[in-house]
Amino acid sequence: MENETLMNRKVIVFQLEDEEFAVSVQQVGSIEKMIPITRVPQTADFVKGVINLRGVVTPVIDLRLRFGMKETAFSDSTRIIIVFVDDMEVGLVVDAANDVIDIPENEIEPAPEVIGTVDADYIEGVAKLDDRLLILLNLQKVLTEDEIHELKSVEG
Amino acid sequence: MDTTEYLGVFIDESNEHLEVLYNQLLALEKNPNEKKIIEEIFRAAHTLKGMSATMGFSDLANLTHKLENVFDAIKYEKVTVNVEMMDILFAAVDHLNEMVEDISSGGDGTRDVSQAVEQLQAIESGNSVSAVQMKEADSTTQQQEATQLQHVQGLDEFELTILSESSDRGYSNYEINVTLREDCLLKGARVFMVFEVLEKLGEIVKSEPSVNELEEEQFDTSFTVIFISEHSKEKISTNIEKVSEIEQVEVHTFSASTYKADQQSNDKARDEQQTQETKSNKDKKQQNSAKTSANKTIRVNIDRLDVLMNLFEELVVDRGRLEQISLDLNHGDLQETVEHMSRVSSDLQSIILTMRMVPIEQVFNRFPRMIRQLARDLNKNVEIEIIGAETELDRTVIDEIGDPLVHLIRNAIDHGIESPDERLKKGKSEHGTIKLEAYHSGNHVFIEIEDDGAGINKEKVLKKAIANGVVNDSQSELLSDQQIFELIMASGFSTADTVSDISGRGVGLDVVKNTIESLGGRISIDAKKDQGSIFSIQLPLTLSIISVLLIELQNEKYAIPLSSIIETAIIHRDDIMHAHNTKVIDFRGKVVPLAFLNDIFTVPADDNVIDNEYISVVIVKKGNKMTGLVVDAFIGQQEVVLKSLGSYLSNTFAISGATILGDGEVALIVDSNALVI
Repeated sequence: MENETLMNRKVIVFQLEDEEFAVSVQQVGSIEKMIPITRVPQTADFVKGVINLRGVVTPVIDLRLRFGMKETAFSDSTRIIIVFVDDMEVGLVVDAANDVIDIPENEIEPAPEVIGTVDADYIEGVAKLDDRLLILLNLQKVLTEDEIHELKSVEG
Repeated sequence: MDTTEYLGVFIDESNEHLEVLYNQLLALEKNPNEKKIIEEIFRAAHTLKGMSATMGFSDLANLTHKLENVFDAIKYEKVTVNVEMMDILFAAVDHLNEMVEDISSGGDGTRDVSQAVEQLQAIESGNSVSAVQMKEADSTTQQQEATQLQHVQGLDEFELTILSESSDRGYSNYEINVTLREDCLLKGARVFMVFEVLEKLGEIVKSEPSVNELEEEQFDTSFTVIFISEHSKEKISTNIEKVSEIEQVEVHTFSASTYKADQQSNDKARDEQQTQETKSNKDKKQQNSAKTSANKTIRVNIDRLDVLMNLFEELVVDRGRLEQISLDLNHGDLQETVEHMSRVSSDLQSIILTMRMVPIEQVFNRFPRMIRQLARDLNKNVEIEIIGAETELDRTVIDEIGDPLVHLIRNAIDHGIESPDERLKKGKSEHGTIKLEAYHSGNHVFIEIEDDGAGINKEKVLKKAIANGVVNDSQSELLSDQQIFELIMASGFSTADTVSDISGRGVGLDVVKNTIESLGGRISIDAKKDQGSIFSIQLPLTLSIISVLLIELQNEKYAIPLSSIIETAIIHRDDIMHAHNTKVIDFRGKVVPLAFLNDIFTVPADDNVIDNEYISVVIVKKGNKMTGLVVDAFIGQQEVVLKSLGSYLSNTFAISGATILGDGEVALIVDSNALVI
């Protein structure tokens, strides 16, 4: 038992609507406050555009739209989480960045079969901590290019 | 211990030596009796041999060894340099080059070199080359496999010669067996330390397992090296024992001649090789001392320079803000400091930009060999003259410009330079000359390729252009000479009567033109009948900074590269005409289709903007085609730093990148090529 509890996963917890999501800290470069976004035409809906991240032009996607939630106006608590996946550097717009916590590996369960209407292959698992339910994201899947191309072709 | 780093050094150095080999071989062809050149080649080959043998690339070592032998024979005038021989030598170096390339792309550098080895051996023993060429067909890959097996099982021929020759010179050969302790954690590191000790004392000829395997720790606890040294057995073992975590060191003297006696000998030229080796080792000493002073540069990953550039741009943005603040505050000291900072940072900017510059030599260097080969294939006499090889260009431009230049030079040799007979008939010298010149002018670099060949046949070009529908009859009468010459770069054009291997493969000069234009450059042609032609390429100094026209669509800012803009115009709405559902305008007598950027980029409509009576149009071109991009407003011309959108958005339609404006905001750069219909 003791060994198992030692296996922790450090995650960044953020909020979208009333759900809490988590991504591994290893994949997160930084968390930024909202900065002006330049729209990039002819891209998928959830691609908000690009930002100037200390001299690097970085694409930004709105996770709400990516997950099929309703778009809302940005507020003071809105954050851009810069993540690194493979060779991509992408900013994720979230409602708020809440926490950095350790999740014991044995608390992580596979995603429930019925999660709703959203095609949920980007959910790696769920973790229940006290009264919180965290949804662990598979960022590779969130940013899969196939998905984007698909969306592009639908639009085009 | 990082194997890749070790390998990286090997590859870099091998490439340097190969370059030397190529260059010196070319020089040798011109001055076959120049001792200095021969010695230079000899040294390069010898070092390459030593390095590849230590790294365990036996084919590479084998071939270089043969090459070395040939040059030894030349040096002692046993063999004289002739043309056939040069071809074989070049072919051998080509083999070496490909092996090194294979290694650098992750291969093991094995290659069927038996043919080349045989030919080299024939030269060395003074046989005529043609006799060996008869045998070429017989040599098969099986032979190659046989030689490989030998290496694995024991010492190969060339290692043996090194050994026996060193004992002739009073050095001792040792077989050293080193056993590491069972509990040794970093075996690779220990091996490295042992090797370091040994290299100070003498020369490692071979190791079992190979150096690569040792580095990857693919061995139990012990390994064996064959070692040449002038030091005593005791000294070597005590020195090795100074490395910690070593269980045992066994040093045996080792006689190459006894070993050799056991092996069946089938090489007649062995005695000859032995004497050559003696010479080569002497040379090596001199060369080692010369080498240390040559390198005063460091290699820096270009990505790091990009990061530096990014950070610097941030600084520039902040500088702009500071300047504004100090102006508002009107504080003397602050203003002075800010002014000073501005000057320092502009110096910094120019230094950062020049760090990315590379001499064009890198590209030019491969041409002499290529021209030589082509000229021989086509039975022409061509000489090359290179001027301004030290001219510097941005690294990214250098990487791109190679292929277009190759194409142009091939063209010049194939179509430009006439055959020797023809040249004599025209009263020109038998030798054709291709002049390659590079120079700076303003913010641009010019590269000119000049040949003294037949020039361009205007009538033929026109006839062909009309036949292929590139221009029509009435247009053709208005064209200037220069415009006619430039027709050969239009797509769907190739004047060669017969399709040869060298040019006329379907991809023509239009590809060259497109590549150069995509780099933000221009190409122009001038020619005089029977006197030759000049292709002149104008390139921007750097790709990372381009001139753009900033435009506005509603509240969004976009940048259009100046290189693709012909001009801007303001046109009355009534002047828009309709043709086939497309809106077009009459622009200086030409019908130009319009592209409404607001629609293409789906810019959110702003109700406050009233439809204007006049529209602003940017006329852009792609090749001969033009399109008018309709925008809301022109902002102005600006120099900007080109940045990519990141790999996530790499395939965005009609956007080639982005830039950061003075106020820190991102503006997208329009890829007008995608918009020209």
